[in-house]
Amino acid sequence: MTRVLGWLAALALLAGLGMAFAVAPREATQGTVQRIMYVHVPSVWVAYCAFVVVFVASIAYLATRAEAADRLAHASAEVGVLFTGLTIATGSIWGKPTWGTWWTWDARLTSVAVLFVMYVGYLLLRGMIDEGERAARYAAVLGVVAALNIPLVHFSVLWWRTLHQPPSLMKPGPSSMPPVIVRALLVNFAAFALLYLYFVAKRVRLLRLEGEAGA
Amino acid sequence: MRKTKFITGGAVIAAALAYMIYAGVTQSAVYFVTPAELRASAVAGKAYRLGGMVLPGSVTWEPRTLALHFTLGDGTATVPVRHKGTPPDLFGEGRGAVVEGTWSADGYFRASLILAKHSEEYKAPHDASQAGYKELIRTLQGDGR
Repeated sequence: MTRVLGWLAALALLAGLGMAFAVAPREATQGTVQRIMYVHVPSVWVAYCAFVVVFVASIAYLATRAEAADRLAHASAEVGVLFTGLTIATGSIWGKPTWGTWWTWDARLTSVAVLFVMYVGYLLLRGMIDEGERAARYAAVLGVVAALNIPLVHFSVLWWRTLHQPPSLMKPGPSSMPPVIVRALLVNFAAFALLYLYFVAKRVRLLRLEGEAGA
Repeated sequence: MRKTKFITGGAVIAAALAYMIYAGVTQSAVYFVTPAELRASAVAGKAYRLGGMVLPGSVTWEPRTLALHFTLGDGTATVPVRHKGTPPDLFGEGRGAVVEGTWSADGYFRASLILAKHSEEYKAPHDASQAGYKELIRTLQGDGR
């Protein structure tokens, strides 16, 4: 099952590369550098989803004390941190040629940095507590609280003046992109989502085996 | 009873965190001032981040001295900007820009850093169908940006 997921993710990533480089046009204003979007935007969408999963699984753990919910939250947070890191790295590489800087402290970049640090803190917290049940309980509380960051990141570009531009797609009204760019984005999002599922499935299984070996 | 305490504690922590994030971001939330805001309270020698539109026809760039002059406007006020250096690729007339620097007593903004702000609009070139692939090949041959 997990293996099938892995192969699906690999195929979808190949399709995504094809969409990004062969199907999507060279963007009129920015040129080829705009293609970084096909990694940058799917990464952050998957990171959002990953942290929503942490939020839901943390509530489920607090309500039921089911270890499976805790393992899901743990795995999803790890993969979410990975994709947030990828978002920051690709955004930085995109920012240098277009904006003229690798980094600036505007509300969008700052709120993403806070998001990243909070979930790194979540993983640190888990690692610092030896007793499994207590680690799971504390982590679940943080997993619920840290989700506050997700709307903050999304709306930062609307609530404050920023260097980062407002959303092109995730907004009311028509999108500010031609359909071919939207399609390329969605294919890459699907590919990244499959990769996320593959990583989480692997990590959940490992965490379960570790738990069984430790018990 | 224990549950109530737990939920109350959690809510207090959540509210405190939310407030800290909100207050922290709000304080530095004015990422840039507009030309009108700068005109209203400009202090010579003070550092600002100024954002606005690069007025069409205002840009002059001298490649030998790297002297870049242009005017930023926001529809109500304009500010002349002087900079020494090469602007980023997306910098241009009729587009947004954010500049960091100081207000000079001589009535212009001395910018030490020019940032180009791009819009959320993405456009395909006019003949969108296969142009992307051809353009890519062209750029791979070292002809494009």
